[in-house]
Amino acid sequence: MVDPAGDNIATVRHLTRVFTSRRGMFGPKRTMRAVNDVSLDVPRGKVTGVVGESGCGKSTLARLVLRLIEASAGKVLFEGVDLGTLPAADLRKLRRRMQMVFQDPYSSIDPRYTIRRALLEPYQVQGVTIDAAAARLRIDELIAMVGLSPRMADSYPHQLSGGQRQRVGIARALALNPSLLVLDEPTASLDVSIQAQIIGLLEALKNDLGLTYLFISHDLSLIRYFCDRTVVMYLGRIVEVLPTSRTEPRHHYSRALMDSNFEPDPNRRKVVNRLAGEIASPFDLPPGCAFAARCPAATELCRRERPVLAQHGLGHQIACHHPIG
Amino acid sequence: MALLSLDNVSVTIGRLHPLDGISFDLDRKEILGIVGESGSGKSLTALSVMGLLPLIGGKVTKGAIVFDGIDLVSLPETDYRRLRGKRIALISQNPMTSLDPIIRIGAQIDQVSQLHLGLSAVAAQARSIELMQQLRIPDAATIHGNYPHQLSGGMKQRMVIAMALAADPDLIIADEPTTALDVTIQAQIIQIMVDLVRERGLALMLITHDMGVVAQACDRVVVLYAGRVAEQAGVADIFATPKHPYTRELIRCIPRHGQAPGSLKGIPGTVPSVMDYPSGCRFHPRCAHAQAICGTEVPLLEQKTSGRAACHLTEVLAHG
Repeated sequence: MVDPAGDNIATVRHLTRVFTSRRGMFGPKRTMRAVNDVSLDVPRGKVTGVVGESGCGKSTLARLVLRLIEASAGKVLFEGVDLGTLPAADLRKLRRRMQMVFQDPYSSIDPRYTIRRALLEPYQVQGVTIDAAAARLRIDELIAMVGLSPRMADSYPHQLSGGQRQRVGIARALALNPSLLVLDEPTASLDVSIQAQIIGLLEALKNDLGLTYLFISHDLSLIRYFCDRTVVMYLGRIVEVLPTSRTEPRHHYSRALMDSNFEPDPNRRKVVNRLAGEIASPFDLPPGCAFAARCPAATELCRRERPVLAQHGLGHQIACHHPIG
Repeated sequence: MALLSLDNVSVTIGRLHPLDGISFDLDRKEILGIVGESGSGKSLTALSVMGLLPLIGGKVTKGAIVFDGIDLVSLPETDYRRLRGKRIALISQNPMTSLDPIIRIGAQIDQVSQLHLGLSAVAAQARSIELMQQLRIPDAATIHGNYPHQLSGGMKQRMVIAMALAADPDLIIADEPTTALDVTIQAQIIQIMVDLVRERGLALMLITHDMGVVAQACDRVVVLYAGRVAEQAGVADIFATPKHPYTRELIRCIPRHGQAPGSLKGIPGTVPSVMDYPSGCRFHPRCAHAQAICGTEVPLLEQKTSGRAACHLTEVLAHG
């Protein structure tokens, strides 16, 4: 159904992941839909942002897209290939083309490996034969690509700063020439001056290498700056898709996220009173709109009937009975 | 006279000198932002005022900290105990470090006013519930009987704020109070703290790495870099006409609404470690304008047209 050479590098359809837990050792089993019937296109050569607060399912979605965890229902097509039905060997091979950058690279790099050794690991894991001289050259190239100095190749992770480690994390993801990078909060634990460096690096790499990004973040101002399209999630579902970085949000939750985001400008102070209450428990969600309990515009309809994600103008999707404007 | 005044304060921990010549004043009814990146000395500044440096093996080796006429540097620990919690309260980043997990949350707030104000158990509970209501906690009487683990992160942080307010302090030091919270909850908590400071005429020292929070909440700002004050000024001046290149660059690191793609740059290099501070101006290795003098001479924090900045080149930069 999807042309491999089409506009979307990845297509997500009705993706759902259910986690179960028990309250106490003998308590009743409870289920939680971390990702709930999510459909999404990831257009080639663009940056698609996924934004939401803790528990909205954005990190689970990132892992589902790469099939690092299994879906409970729905499917992910990568360049037209259904990842769910792919045998393990084929999936591993395909993984060269899609890589992940994690929030904390320190936890994904062996502390006993030098940076050079850590950058060789993707080739070994993938069983790519590469002779020593070529490997050396390629790793020098990767180190230069992410703006690290050549002498860092022989350092250990603990000798690097947070920003330098994240550069190593990016270099590792780029080692096998992927076309899609899934970036899960890659700058969340960095200082702002370093965060801006890393975002600048990611922008340059995307342009130079023609990459596609799926960028997960809780930071709406960063998402709005960096991403072509923005997907807003709340409690496992997509509530709004903003087709451009200039599109004004029309879902009340997206609006509230915008209003909660303080600009570095004392002349633009926000009046904060929009959101009452806190995020509901992902267990036992209400039958209607999950946001209704906090929404200033909620009506009886919202509590009774869940709004579907519907098209409102070109590429602008909203799941709300009473959208703004 | 200012409620709190730091004059040329330096702190030593073992052989390290993480704070060097910190000076600023904080008045009643004022919100002062202390902003900087990791390792800039923000939290150490808070510990110095709270008299908690000995806990981490540190001490004030130079300068004066004066709170409402009391010299805090030479204050004996027994007197400090009457000050902490009573007149100076601390709100930390992680509410669980301030809350006891096995004591009901209300009882923990009650304790503060029983200890410091001498209230009876009944009066303390009434006071706690009233405070919780002011912090817009729904169903405060029920929550008063809950344990910390039954509450969300935002709710726990409000309890810590209630504890801080329980003894009617003059000064609250909030160290990254909303960093661990979701953005919509952060916005609520910041709003609540600003309203309380205004209503009660408190002084608030708000420690944060987030220039957005500074712009939203603060009256004046102290920018720290690598253990020194880079610049201090009123919030409008800091954002409109930053005098120190670091301040200017730091503000540019935050993407603004509608900013053009590719225009976010960051500051080259890394935040220096306390083990390895550069000579002269500690920002000079990362500064685009650095000249020979910047690597050799420590710039003094001098009075400029608005606020104060520690930079050899502010006059040059202002006209260039």
